[in-house]
Amino acid sequence: MSENMASEKIDLRGVLCPINFVKTKLKLEMMESDQILEVTLDDGEPMRNVPKSVKEDGHKIVKVEPFEDGFKIHIKKS
Amino acid sequence: MAASTDGNKRVNLKELKSGGFIKQTQRDLFTVRLRVPGGRLDIDKMAKIAEVAKKYSKMGYCHLSFRQSVEIIGVHIDDFDALVKELAEFGQQVASCGPRVRVPTACGGCEYNPNGIMDAQKKALEVDKDLFGTECHHKFKTSFSGCPIDCARTKGMDLGFQGVVTPQWEEDPCTKCTLCAKACLEGAIVDDEDGTPVFYSEKCVQCGDCIKVCPTDAWTAKRKGWIVRAGGRHGRHPREADEILKFLPDEKVTDFISKTIEWYNSNGKRGERIGKTIDRVGLKEFKDEVTRNFLAE
Repeated sequence: MSENMASEKIDLRGVLCPINFVKTKLKLEMMESDQILEVTLDDGEPMRNVPKSVKEDGHKIVKVEPFEDGFKIHIKKS
Repeated sequence: MAASTDGNKRVNLKELKSGGFIKQTQRDLFTVRLRVPGGRLDIDKMAKIAEVAKKYSKMGYCHLSFRQSVEIIGVHIDDFDALVKELAEFGQQVASCGPRVRVPTACGGCEYNPNGIMDAQKKALEVDKDLFGTECHHKFKTSFSGCPIDCARTKGMDLGFQGVVTPQWEEDPCTKCTLCAKACLEGAIVDDEDGTPVFYSEKCVQCGDCIKVCPTDAWTAKRKGWIVRAGGRHGRHPREADEILKFLPDEKVTDFISKTIEWYNSNGKRGERIGKTIDRVGLKEFKDEVTRNFLAE
């Protein structure tokens, strides 16, 4: 269970593309492999772009859940 | 008469024949258009072009043409031969104008653009190498877009090629994360109640966003290739190209263009763009004679 617990959280609602991805990337760089980062994103463009870019960088999205007016995604650092 | 005899002495007319030299309003000055397929310019070459342009331009500037080439503005007619020779020393050729196959244009392509599906740059180079300058009834423009965003404006080309990828989905790896449905701008993927994606292929534009976003590779590429559009043009009487083929494998592109030009040369008239030929002779006839041989199974 602890394996899927987020070690870091970042709320990027209201942050535009591609700054939201850059902030996600910088946060991931400070983390260890296999740690989970929870990112909260607005629906729409951020949800279309950030997950795609995260995958391109080689990380894995392990969970997606609706949260208030947006979504929480869990990213496992590669 | 005296002037033309004089002109023949001053410039090698063979160089002028395939074009690339465009008359300006200023007496004796011409624009020299360079051959830059896909608009990609090696940086060292760019620097050398700048040196040559500085030496020969009487007006002190270049212009970036709408078809991605560098044009050196204000070159004196007496300098043509020397300019062509100096450009050739580092492998830079002059482009064309007039009734022939022009230098292909292309988007940045799949090497570095995240949207890219097909290698538009590579294909532009290949087509330029094989078909540049082929004579026909009027100008013949081709372009390559790596994905359905279509930055290379394939609908405005005599023949335009746009990259596509057909997605396919497998149940096993799918975690029902719903990211694919969010990534799809076309509404071609919709979640059912438990998050399983339902695919409406008739809405799909084959951009591959579902494949790119899928965290578990439940969406993969079934096939990649090109949509082909023909008969487009800009100018005084623009015409939007007809989509003539939904899927063409990458290795068939040059052959497809050659066959299209053969058809155009035997069915078209002098001074008529292929779109006009298609309107006059019939899209069905064109498809029957050219496209049908390339239908993918």
